[in-house]
Amino acid sequence: MKPKATAEVKIPVQLQSGFHVNSNTPSEEYLIPLRLTWEKSAAFETVETIFPEPQTEKYEFSPKPLSVFTGDFEIVARVKARDLASSGPGILLGKLRYQACSKTVCYRPRTIEVRLPYQIQ
Amino acid sequence: MRSHPVRSHLALAACAALVAATIVVSGCSESLSVFPGFSGEASRKAALKPATERKAAFDFALKDDQGRTVNLSDYRGRVVLLDFWATWCGPCKIEIPWFKEFERTYKDRGFSVVGVSMDEEGWDAVTPFAKAVGINYRMLVGNDDVADAFGGLAALPTTFLIDREGKIAAMHVGLASKSDFEDGIKQLLDAPGGSRAAAGSPAGAN
Repeated sequence: MKPKATAEVKIPVQLQSGFHVNSNTPSEEYLIPLRLTWEKSAAFETVETIFPEPQTEKYEFSPKPLSVFTGDFEIVARVKARDLASSGPGILLGKLRYQACSKTVCYRPRTIEVRLPYQIQ
Repeated sequence: MRSHPVRSHLALAACAALVAATIVVSGCSESLSVFPGFSGEASRKAALKPATERKAAFDFALKDDQGRTVNLSDYRGRVVLLDFWATWCGPCKIEIPWFKEFERTYKDRGFSVVGVSMDEEGWDAVTPFAKAVGINYRMLVGNDDVADAFGGLAALPTTFLIDREGKIAAMHVGLASKSDFEDGIKQLLDAPGGSRAAAGSPAGAN
């Protein structure tokens, strides 16, 4: 990839059947949103992070339907190589924070690392 | 687009992220059996462990909403329902009205509910919620050390029934049934030697 070039990165996420995560725009303030953040990089800037359209699901524990993701979905990050990016390999590091629940149990918020190897020409 | 080779690299990395996400979320079911002596499914049946097989519950020291230190051992002599929960945990909220009822019904027989919130925001999250739903039992804010001492608490709600000796008689991971909880509470309250400790609540308890 050359300096100034842009790329679209698709990050697939799989959730076990019966579980959901709150979307990036939860319907209630107290819910923990799905978040993808990127560490500062000398080679790249993150132009945009695009989440899929959330689903609206009704659960017994909430009077209002919730904005969630279930099953398999993709998060898309648009990145741009900086003008003065040095040539050579590197890794763009991100963090995906999520909080998953089923109808009967919730898991405490977790953050997993997303590593995107790249090569600047 | 010249970025295709890069996309290929990125795709590989994305797969790594995919694997990680899958493992983490799917692997959560493992947490149902992390507490020594209890298996997740069996514990949901609310069968109490025989008294001779029970292990002492970790004697935590946590602050209540008034800043007072509360030890679990303050409740020695009482049957305790210890509920680990969080404001973002929907299933936890189904159980809370039951716990309020248990507190009202069995308080005078030597029973207490103690809620421990695992909200990272602490009282900022807990206080408004507790007021809104009218919590009538002692509420505390937990931490990772306490979570570790109780088996990690990766999953919420996780609820323990603790006998008058401060030993864990049952553990429920996830939403359990109201009757399971109540049966366990009654059994522990009716256990031999139980009437001796039915006196007043620990200092400061609701």
